[in-house]
Amino acid sequence: MAQGFLDAWALVFSFDVDLYEIIFLSLRVTISAVIIAALIGLPLGAWLAVNRFYLRRYVIAVLNALMGLPPVVVGLFVYMLLSRSGPLGGFGLLFSPGAMIIAQVIIITPLIASLSHQTIRDLWAEYHDLLISMNTTRAQRIMALLWDGRRALLTATLAGLGRAIGEVGAIMIVGGNIEHSTRVLTTAIALETGKGNFAFAMGLGLVLIALAIIINLMIHMIGKTERAGTW
Amino acid sequence: MKLIWKALVAATVMATASHAESLKMAVTTSFYNSGLSDVLLPEIKNDLDLDVELIVVGTGQALYLGQAGDVDAILVHARAAEDAFLAAGYGTHRREIMYNDFILIGPSSDPAQIAGSQTTVEALQSIARTMAPFVSRGDDSGTNKKELALWAEAGITPMGGWYRAAGSGMGATLNTASGMNAYVVSDRASWLNFGNKGDLALLYAGDPALFNQYAFIPVNPARWPHVKNDLAMQLEGWLTSEKAETLINSYTLGGEQLFTFNATR
Amino acid sequence: MVSILPLKLTAATAHMRGKRLVGPVDFTLGSGGMTLVIGPNGAGKTTLLRLMHGLQRCSGGALIWAVPDVEARQSQAFVFQAPIMMRRRVIDSLAYPLRLRGMAKRAARGRAQECAQRFGLEDLLSSWAPMLSGGEKQKLSLARALIVEPEVLFLDEPCANLDGSATREIEAILLAAKAAGTRIVMSTHDMGQAKRLADDVIFMHKGLMHETGVAAEFFATPLTPEARAFIKGDIVE
Ligand SMILES: Nc1ncnc2c1ncn2[C@@H]1O[C@H](COP(=O)(O)OP(=O)(O)O)[C@@H](O)[C@H]1O
Ligand SMILES: [Mg+2]
Repeated sequence: MAQGFLDAWALVFSFDVDLYEIIFLSLRVTISAVIIAALIGLPLGAWLAVNRFYLRRYVIAVLNALMGLPPVVVGLFVYMLLSRSGPLGGFGLLFSPGAMIIAQVIIITPLIASLSHQTIRDLWAEYHDLLISMNTTRAQRIMALLWDGRRALLTATLAGLGRAIGEVGAIMIVGGNIEHSTRVLTTAIALETGKGNFAFAMGLGLVLIALAIIINLMIHMIGKTERAGTW
Repeated sequence: MKLIWKALVAATVMATASHAESLKMAVTTSFYNSGLSDVLLPEIKNDLDLDVELIVVGTGQALYLGQAGDVDAILVHARAAEDAFLAAGYGTHRREIMYNDFILIGPSSDPAQIAGSQTTVEALQSIARTMAPFVSRGDDSGTNKKELALWAEAGITPMGGWYRAAGSGMGATLNTASGMNAYVVSDRASWLNFGNKGDLALLYAGDPALFNQYAFIPVNPARWPHVKNDLAMQLEGWLTSEKAETLINSYTLGGEQLFTFNATR
Repeated sequence: MVSILPLKLTAATAHMRGKRLVGPVDFTLGSGGMTLVIGPNGAGKTTLLRLMHGLQRCSGGALIWAVPDVEARQSQAFVFQAPIMMRRRVIDSLAYPLRLRGMAKRAARGRAQECAQRFGLEDLLSSWAPMLSGGEKQKLSLARALIVEPEVLFLDEPCANLDGSATREIEAILLAAKAAGTRIVMSTHDMGQAKRLADDVIFMHKGLMHETGVAAEFFATPLTPEARAFIKGDIVE
């Protein structure tokens, strides 16, 4: 453990170019995936909260079930889609950061949608009469709920980020863990663990945790300057 | 936030902009863990201006990736599976490059007394007779297939509480063996590179039956027109060159030579 | 602009899960003045207002404005008994109805500022609306309803949870709005308030309009025994 700390420290401050490349790709893939998943998941959650339709219950049940989907299964699914022998093979996306982003989007969108659905549902119960009375369109309602619920939605999004940045099973399969191309922190950790380099793997793990904490703090700080209040 | 994001995007674009031609090759974990690729890839880049992107997987998955057209070439070590791959028309041809060897690892106390065995068969029979704990890859990899072939040769169907199939890669299997203080079949490179040896030691090696032939197979462009067959052929030319021969034969780990070049030119 | 009034209710009825809440009601809401909806708890005052405003569906009969519904909806506002505060600052809460109508952000905030001044909310502009006191919240609700200059304003017991001074402020605002031409329909269970404000009265009892008429006449000579008892302050079953 202590050795892991020291290794990680030594590594970070040795300005090892490869390590920075790996960190950078981790950030790029995860942040892209979180942004895309939030753009899909947040409105979807709001839409499900605001609309009553026949299959609504089932859609929500499916969403909640998808939250528990093993990432390896998602990885296999995306692999079969993007493989040259699969339906989307023509795009040549397999073993690229794009493929990793797609897999992560599939993994975290249900999580973000489900959490935001719960938040928005409560807010909608509160706002319902007012927004109906004000003669709002469906889109205006969703916009108002997303905006006013942004604090809780940020938390939902960060939960997605936490899940994405630590994910390894799916991106190993669709990214291929190619050095200088698709290797990220988690796949590097799996690789080093496989080689028996526990201390080094542990060090990378610490870098990963530090990164997650820094991103969370940064986002909360940005959020706070906008709010300047208790909300 | 927007600024940071823009900077990230800009940096990514720059990082990926000036790329040479690249080729994807599926290789086995044991080859990758040997560290030989770290020596060869920069030289290939130098000589051919070619980025070889390695997809490191088990033999079964490597063959499947080739079959699906997801890589341009494969470098594996499982003769029977390779022949089947070629027979099905998934690859153009098979070119032998080099070999390394498998070794028998076990607790340094060697409860089954395999260290003095005359043959691999005899060593395995001792392990089975004493029911000493043994960890198998159990993942249908080249190493796993080789191990099973050796058991068959010894006339033993390994089963029972002493025989554990880990279902994972070489490193993870060595970790398991180290934790259980069990016998295990490994390739020499993975063993030398392995950082968590614990009480394990190399107990038996050197039998020609343990030699492990690596072969290069370009994926068939007749099946998958997008594969970069010309680059694969360039790479094959380089891998069988005199320069490659020197680099491969002189690659050592802990003072030991790992690979022996044996391509025919 | 064309008036959305009169509003005609013909045998209008409201049901909820098979239970009749209000109706059948026949009534015409003409222009001008302030109509107070009074009656005991559970008589159907809230439901009647929601029915007129379109928050409650007509389960039977008809409810027809002088203009098509889509247009009529644009010229009404509703103030709820329990103020619904959006999680925004006061200024943005006030600007929101204007923004919904496509007004640019700066213009909407400017109008919101003027409006806050008129309602004595100028010191609270940058406060978070959900943090206001009960009286301030109801004043904000009223300002938010009036900022779009609706032709008809519905209020459901807006002073039910307020003290005397807050009630007086609200009443002053309502009288000013009436003077400016806003048609006001408001429920209350406070007889004093009804007497102070009403031009016309609708007395609700058991989901029906038991008695309607000009306020002065209704309070002086109620026609039904239930209305008489209610005005006297007796408990009406
Ligand atoms: N959502 C509802 N579901 C069922 N019954 C309701 C609902 N809302 C109101 N009611 C019933 O309708 C009747 C009229 O209620 P309401 O209009 O709120 O009366 P008031 O405002 O005069 O007190 C009451 O008997 C009440 O219990
Ligand atoms: Mg009521």
